[in-house]
Amino acid sequence: MTKMKWEKGGLKTPIARARGLGSAKEGVKHWMAQRFTAILNIPLTIWFVYQIFNAGFDVHGMIPVWMNSPVNSGLLILFTISIFYHAMLGVQVVIEDYVHNEFLKIVLIVLQKGGLMLGATISIFSILHLAHGF
Amino acid sequence: MSKKQAKTTPQERPLSPHLQVYKPQMTSMLSILHRMTGMLLVLGLVIYTAWLACAALGLYVYMDFLGLLETKLGMIAMVGISFAGFYHFFNGCRHLVWDTGKLFEIGCATKAGYMVLVLAIITTGGFWYLLLN
Repeated sequence: MTKMKWEKGGLKTPIARARGLGSAKEGVKHWMAQRFTAILNIPLTIWFVYQIFNAGFDVHGMIPVWMNSPVNSGLLILFTISIFYHAMLGVQVVIEDYVHNEFLKIVLIVLQKGGLMLGATISIFSILHLAHGF
Repeated sequence: MSKKQAKTTPQERPLSPHLQVYKPQMTSMLSILHRMTGMLLVLGLVIYTAWLACAALGLYVYMDFLGLLETKLGMIAMVGISFAGFYHFFNGCRHLVWDTGKLFEIGCATKAGYMVLVLAIITTGGFWYLLLN
């Protein structure tokens, strides 16, 4: 088994090593943001599913009228931001838990965050375009 | 450091959790399902983005996109993603209740877990039944 990074302590005594390995003193922000977006996602998802349900497969017929309402397009943008942010935080935790190679871990986290930011940008741009177009 | 101490200092401690030595339980399986549905919902976000982008690109592109969704594979993906969404939604609520410090008794946690699973199946079934009829 390979040595963990804190076992390569060299000349430090075990107690000195243990003292240097306290809490990371970060992560609360991530945890809070995940819960905050989760709570925000509840009403927004109910609203979104209700809208999809109302439209059925005739979404294209109602998009122009529906998107023209600032309430609808505004809520859809809020839904997009909240959902994508929540996804970013969730995927990050999964990568951190299962990928143990430090380099690969960082690459994957950057890639997933970049990808989801791109997705959110395309979505919001499309919503704004639809709200003004047709 | 004495010789004896050096010998007993563990160098290769086992890393927890050893999931394979645990008997699969309702609560642990649902916990893993929460993660898996979360990952599936990322695929849902890709489709969500494509849906909006195709709508913005014009009616023809949008009709092609809807045609893609209505293929067998598209429908399977949509039903799977909608189940993942409903499950993640209800189980997420269960997690939020846990965050308040409630519902931790083993019996309660398991019962709420069954409730979440049944609710997710019923809402997925009901959603598609009503949508297609």
